Amino acid sequence: MPQPKTLYDRLWDAHLVRAESGDTPAVMYIDLHLVHEVTSPQGFDMLRKRKLAVRRPDRTVATMDHSTPTLPADENGRLPYATDQAEKQVEYLRENCAEFGIKLHDFDSGNRGIVHVIGPELGATQPGMTIVCGDSHTSTHGAFGALAFGIGSTEVAYVLATQCVLQRKAKNMRITVNGELPKGSSAKDLALHIINRLGVNGGTGHVIEYSGSAIRALDMESRMTLCNMAIEAGTRAGMVAPDNITIEYLRGREMAPKGDDFEAKARQWLALVSDESAVFDQEIEIDASNVLPTITYGTNPGMSIPIQGIVPESMSATAKRALDYMAIDVGKSLSGRRVDVVFIGSCTNGRISDLRVAAEILRNRRVADNVRMLVVPGSEAVRKQAETEGLHEIFLKAGAEWRLPGCSMCIAMNGDIVAPGKTAVSTSNRNFEGRQGAGARTMLASPATAAACAVAGVVTDPRSFGVSREVA
Amino acid sequence: MNVFTRLNGEIMVLAQQNIDTDQIIPARFLTTTSFEGLGDHLFADWRRDASGQEKPECVLNQPRARHSPILVAGRNFGCGSSREHAPHALLDFGFRVVISSEIADIFSNNCQNVGLLPIVLPEDQHRHLMGLDGQEITVDLVTRSIFVCGSHDNDVRFEFEIDGFARRCLLQGMDRLDFLLAEEKAIKAHECVLEART
Ligand code: SF4
Repeated sequence: MPQPKTLYDRLWDAHLVRAESGDTPAVMYIDLHLVHEVTSPQGFDMLRKRKLAVRRPDRTVATMDHSTPTLPADENGRLPYATDQAEKQVEYLRENCAEFGIKLHDFDSGNRGIVHVIGPELGATQPGMTIVCGDSHTSTHGAFGALAFGIGSTEVAYVLATQCVLQRKAKNMRITVNGELPKGSSAKDLALHIINRLGVNGGTGHVIEYSGSAIRALDMESRMTLCNMAIEAGTRAGMVAPDNITIEYLRGREMAPKGDDFEAKARQWLALVSDESAVFDQEIEIDASNVLPTITYGTNPGMSIPIQGIVPESMSATAKRALDYMAIDVGKSLSGRRVDVVFIGSCTNGRISDLRVAAEILRNRRVADNVRMLVVPGSEAVRKQAETEGLHEIFLKAGAEWRLPGCSMCIAMNGDIVAPGKTAVSTSNRNFEGRQGAGARTMLASPATAAACAVAGVVTDPRSFGVSREVA
Repeated sequence: MNVFTRLNGEIMVLAQQNIDTDQIIPARFLTTTSFEGLGDHLFADWRRDASGQEKPECVLNQPRARHSPILVAGRNFGCGSSREHAPHALLDFGFRVVISSEIADIFSNNCQNVGLLPIVLPEDQHRHLMGLDGQEITVDLVTRSIFVCGSHDNDVRFEFEIDGFARRCLLQGMDRLDFLLAEEKAIKAHECVLEART
């Protein structure tokens, strides 16, 4: 009998150009390479220096998202870049894509956006693929049952030139989530809950497969939120086996197969599962009903508590430094703490379902006077959909800023920053010191929690706004 | 790529755990299109205040920082973003080796790709080195060992584990791209099967 395989084992085996040995790592074929302006320039330069071509431009998809402004162009059509260097970086991506024949989803394409938002939207992301990008949140694409992980710029050059990376096989971890998420809790709360449980290094050297009834119940956007944050536990990748929800999401998307081809593919995709008798190196079980709306209080995504909880005491110097940076006292609840900025967006929570949740809370309400609220759609498609539904009017009427798509305040490279000492409740994925601007204090939370905090002007439980399961 | 065989030098200890790549080099310095001169921005927000003045209390501003080639950092060093700017900034600043009890996956790959030697040690050995801030040690990749010269006969020597391929690449300055390009035939074969299936 053949050895039972996990989903990761399956994807690993199917992409081996050369198996690993004691002496050499495996040569792994990459089906889809996503490219953005920040981590690719040096990769393209390496190719140019060695007079190499891009091996598979047809398997390469590029867009600009990190350094791009989220404010509109002026009357001369000039976008308000934060610096000349940022503008040059974006221009350089254009030149590189033109020179090497790569399709670029530019400002005028109508489908530009955060690379991890547009990959799935275009149907470029498909089950069973290996997907890389010079970006750690490439793990997002694992939601489709793809093996997706971040790489560095030198590896970007390897993939451009050879469509391959060198890899050692990771260990298998399964996180089984059964039961139902309570009202007011979302995939973001589950993601934060899991990272808190594992610790920010608990997944190092592993690929996680999320399974269980609570995962099956999640829609694709929620699965993306969950897999997006797999990297925050140090894991190589996170994934969810494809099912009918995956298939229906992909049906009709621009880059997905069409007609009978699609049906044939769909049958193959549904076979991408872990064998029942497959053995995982580590198994973790989580009861979804214990996952309450969660918020971070420290400077890594593992430092979180249920929003009504008490900040725990810690003896470690690292934790003390974090609390000091955040100006947070142990032994107290975060409820009622003043909030200065609310950011809704990013590749974690910048999709249409996230904006709908936030809009539901902001409808007929106002953003508190002490809060600056930024709503940044993850892509042009999300922006258009939100505008069709009139969500932007709800945000604007509430006093929030409605911006153009991009990474924006998630990484604060484009001028959208949180001022030193200010506290932001953010739907992004990293609360590292200075992540949203030097000296900025970030608390990560779900779109529902972030919107509730914006209205109250202080840290607030979204359930006090009567958030229903349907919108969470 | 840099060749690494053996190195004598002082240790610089950054005891904090979970030092992420946003600390190593903040995102606002990533709009560059090259990897030149990134050492200036290494730990920028630890080293400088909001006005750009150096903070004297930061160990990285001490003169010894620039000639300590061995960084010993708290557990889970290099977590977070995949920015290769992080190992480049460390290299450009003068570090050649990073040692921790755990090093994040992508960062560790990036280090190897740019010629910065990442070493993971068991906790007790790591703790020992964390107590030796400023002391000179020898890191020898040929023998895979770390040697701490003691005052009398209490020298300490650890062997460390490192992937054989990573070690070979560093010892010989071997280029992984050449290695991959040499696989052309196998890549082509894989693509043939792949195209036949679709
Ligand atoms: S939104 Fe944030 S985490 Fe996502 S790709 Fe952009 S910068 Fe990275």
